[in-house]
Amino acid sequence: MTIRILLPPHLRLLAKIKGEVTVETEAATQRSVLDALEEQYPMLCGTIRDHFTKERRPFLRFFACEQDLSHESIDSPLPKPVAEGKEPLLVIGAVAGG
Amino acid sequence: MSKVRVLAGTRKGAFILTSDGKRDNWKVDGPHFAGWEIYHMKGSSADPNRIYASQTSSWFGQVIQRSDDGGATWNPVGNKFAYEGDAGTHQWYDGTPHPWEFKRAWHLEPSLTDPDTIYAGVEDAALFRSTDGGQNWQELPGLRKHGSGPHWQPGAGGMCLHTILLDPSDAKRMYIAISAAGAFRTDDGGETWKPINQGLRSEFIPDPTAEVGHCVHHIAMHPTRPGTLFMQKHWDVMRSDNAGDHWTEVSGNLPTDFGFVIDVHAHQPETIYVVPIKSDGEHFPPDGKLRVYRSRSGGNEWEPLSKGLPQENCYVNVLRDAMAVDSLDKCGIYFGTTGGQVYVSPDEGESWKPIVRDLPAVLSVEVQTLP
Repeated sequence: MTIRILLPPHLRLLAKIKGEVTVETEAATQRSVLDALEEQYPMLCGTIRDHFTKERRPFLRFFACEQDLSHESIDSPLPKPVAEGKEPLLVIGAVAGG
Repeated sequence: MSKVRVLAGTRKGAFILTSDGKRDNWKVDGPHFAGWEIYHMKGSSADPNRIYASQTSSWFGQVIQRSDDGGATWNPVGNKFAYEGDAGTHQWYDGTPHPWEFKRAWHLEPSLTDPDTIYAGVEDAALFRSTDGGQNWQELPGLRKHGSGPHWQPGAGGMCLHTILLDPSDAKRMYIAISAAGAFRTDDGGETWKPINQGLRSEFIPDPTAEVGHCVHHIAMHPTRPGTLFMQKHWDVMRSDNAGDHWTEVSGNLPTDFGFVIDVHAHQPETIYVVPIKSDGEHFPPDGKLRVYRSRSGGNEWEPLSKGLPQENCYVNVLRDAMAVDSLDKCGIYFGTTGGQVYVSPDEGESWKPIVRDLPAVLSVEVQTLP
């Protein structure tokens, strides 16, 4: 399936991406989508989730379909509109100074 | 005619400033990596087109960038910094044990002979090395696992390894400095390390003359005299003439001996530069006057250099890695401020002018002298 992802501007700059990016995955879960994203854009490794623990970096959140998915299990299914490619998975940088 | 290339790392990107040897007209290129903190950039002396940059963010973590064409284009390389073995603990601000956690790379120091070999000084304090152009990083764990490691503690900016000096006369000798642990030396290529803090006195720690715990801000060395080191400590300007085995204070007649930067003239090993800052609580120049101080005697006797620098209402800081010298004749001196100015003196400090005035806060300045 094709999953749409919208990254924050800093990561789009790093990965030289304009607008949304799409990845092909077998399953629509956070883990599978991020695995596919990092395979496609290796420079993003370590910038969204920790290299070693694979935990989401503390100042990033995952949103989709007006829901905060940040604290969902990484193996939980993403909302159906995301799995169907109708809505993007949003990776959001926290508004915390800077 | 020779050229110079100044590498300025800022809170919101990297800037590359170039000029011919007159150092009068400058081209400003940037921002590269806009929006990211660029803690440090440095070019390889073995291949000046090879430049490394430490790109970092509290949101997105650490990225190392590499350019192979003098900064025209960049590519991210490896950013996996794993402490060797059990990371262990150091002291937190309140004195309790705190696990070692990687936060960012403060300083990148390319090998003097191999463009693919580079050292990274990181927070929490450790030294890493890459031998494949930054793709893969391995810790040199002998430093962090020095017996004193559990007693190291962070300075106000974090527990950072911010200074790496490679001895050009001895490939196995290297000096590093950590805030707030102090200075260390290896004589075996990084396998084992020795604290070199004898002679330092820090009134703000329980034992002012302790073996470790000193907040060293920066160390500089002249390549022809690698056994002579100059240090800007939290307070006090110091020198050592025996590779750090003992330090002597040379603050002399400075208006304040607090500061961050220190550097050595490219052709005169006893001519050194500092930027005095009022105090640890007031990180700005005394009296609102930005003045570089120069000693032509390796310390103790200092003269203010202010021509071209703001002499009223100036309240910027100059951070520890934000001063550099070129190797032209006359030696050029450069420094950047937290107010976004990068100043150049093309005449050894006699006069100054801003190359740029309005960059984001400058974190680091390095300069390459090019043919």
